[in-house]
Amino acid sequence: MLTFKNVSKVYEGGTKAVNNLNLEINKGEFIVFIGPSGCGKTTTMKMVNRLIDISDGEILIEGENIRNKDVVELRRSIGYVIQQIGLFPHMTIAENIALVPKLLKWPEKKRYERAKELLKLVNMDPEYLDRYPNELSGGQQQRIGVLRALAANPPLILMDEPFGALDPITKDNLQDEFKNLQQNLGKTIVFVTHDMDEAIKLADRIVIMRSGEIVQVGTPDEILRNPANEFVENFLGKHRLIGQRENLQTVEQIMYSDPSTITENETLSEAIKIMKDRRVDSLLVVDEENVLKGIIDLEMIDKNKRKNVTISQVMDTSFYTVKQHVLLRDTVHKILRNDMRYAPVVDEDNHLLGIITRASIVSIVYDSIWGDDSNTVLSV
Amino acid sequence: MLILTSFFSEYGGQLLFKTWEHIYISLIAVLLGIIVAVPLGFILTRVPKIADKFMSLVGIIQTFPTLAVLAFFIPLLGIGKIPAIVALFLYSLLPILRNTYTGVQSLNKSLLEAGRGMGMTAWERICMVEFPLAIPVIMAGIRLSTVYLIGWATLAAYIGGGGLGDFIFDGLNLFKPEFILAGAIPTTILALITDFLLARLETKLTPKGIKTSAETA
Ligand SMILES: Nc1ncnc2c1ncn2[C@@H]1O[C@H](COP(=O)(O)OP(=O)(O)OP(=O)(O)O)[C@@H](O)[C@H]1O
Ligand SMILES: [Mg+2]
Repeated sequence: MLTFKNVSKVYEGGTKAVNNLNLEINKGEFIVFIGPSGCGKTTTMKMVNRLIDISDGEILIEGENIRNKDVVELRRSIGYVIQQIGLFPHMTIAENIALVPKLLKWPEKKRYERAKELLKLVNMDPEYLDRYPNELSGGQQQRIGVLRALAANPPLILMDEPFGALDPITKDNLQDEFKNLQQNLGKTIVFVTHDMDEAIKLADRIVIMRSGEIVQVGTPDEILRNPANEFVENFLGKHRLIGQRENLQTVEQIMYSDPSTITENETLSEAIKIMKDRRVDSLLVVDEENVLKGIIDLEMIDKNKRKNVTISQVMDTSFYTVKQHVLLRDTVHKILRNDMRYAPVVDEDNHLLGIITRASIVSIVYDSIWGDDSNTVLSV
Repeated sequence: MLILTSFFSEYGGQLLFKTWEHIYISLIAVLLGIIVAVPLGFILTRVPKIADKFMSLVGIIQTFPTLAVLAFFIPLLGIGKIPAIVALFLYSLLPILRNTYTGVQSLNKSLLEAGRGMGMTAWERICMVEFPLAIPVIMAGIRLSTVYLIGWATLAAYIGGGGLGDFIFDGLNLFKPEFILAGAIPTTILALITDFLLARLETKLTPKGIKTSAETA
């Protein structure tokens, strides 16, 4: 859908920012450009919506040379998110979101409805529609920045370090949210970042650049498995290469498969007995079919010990579980960051299979950072 | 008190008329100044290389003594209201021009880039982004300019432009201090009222979203 053919950019003054770049981007693909500062990522991206003129070569969208399109129309048909967010402070959130529709002369009512609909996608209350950007947090502002790019429903969206200025937790949430959004909406995304974790998490394919040239293109796993050269290896960082084996492991491979459980219609005193025997302070509650129902711990028992109740009446039913085939690298951060002590592992039908604990994850993270024998691991 | 009432009964009508004359000379000059300086300010932001030179040139004109400029227009435009208005207009330019230029120039570049990237035409960027955001600064320039002009307009009397300056020059020629006061006090009051009204207008015209940020800043 987006094709770079021998594209080069030489700035006035002679800086060769992009050198003979060739790349074919498919429809619905999430492409992340990454590379050291000044390697030409932004330049490459801005040539697509003609904020920067191409010096040599051509860029095609759906087979049509962008040079032959009207520049204003071209830009209105491409979503654009900048790092500085760039919401217009004098416009309401609704006006900001529906700016391109306004340029396209949509009637006012339709624009407002569209803004409302989009706001729902990121779970923000419609009351924000009539607020101004300075009343929003940084994370909320960047959400609006992303929605603004989606407003006129462009098939292609360009994003230049959109989450760069956010704190790690907000960033993480927004990445999750946005990846879901992109998959549901089927947009083609060209995304620029400095952050390798972000690239690995979001990209269908990563494009690694150095001094205006592409060094390697591939899926995150391909690149982690077979870095093209030393530059890519260094850029990925030793800890990622060492950790890749673990990163590609599934939860099932490392889980502890004999967690302490109890069935839901047992009594509290039975629960206390099991806890005592197994020296644990909480139990996973399952039914006869081994379907996970809840969690019970000493504190809940303590609060209800005088009452004549069954486990199912006092257990906690809101908890985080992981599916067996989930890759470890996608779970580790969530568990560590949210300070969870453990997470039950279940299959598609919620049958309990095992448990992963914070302690076991921490030891894996340590191993992957320092390794037990870094020489052998490096040569993997 | 008695002097005051007798002065008003004798010159009250004239005072009102001169005040009105004063207002409209200044107002026309400022309006012309706005019409010329605001668009010019925008144009200058597009050609930053010329802009600096141009601004210092206008700055130099501004330093010419007002009376000299007024006198200079006599051979060109004769005497009366028109040369007075032309001269005042020239003086109104610089504050408005400078504020428009810096107001637009100092806007956050990422906003303009966002506008461009989303497909705004040059005209749409001016109307939807640059102008609304620069309004507070432009209005401050207009306000400053108008208040100065109301003061300088007293000199218009020197070339027959009329206005409250007539009282002042009469007072000077006839050694009548009460005439000087009759010219100076209303001029001052006029300037203060104008300043107040324009300040209100400025707040009113400032878009809502940047108002709150300006208050907290
Ligand atoms: N307008 C310009 N005029 C001249 N040279 C420029 C211009 N913009 C960028 N460059 C140069 O082109 C090269 C590539 O810049 P570019 O902004 O594309 O890098 P980048 O990969 O986006 O870097 P960063 O990660 O720091 O954003 C750099 O050497 C930069 O100095
Ligand atoms: Mg960049």
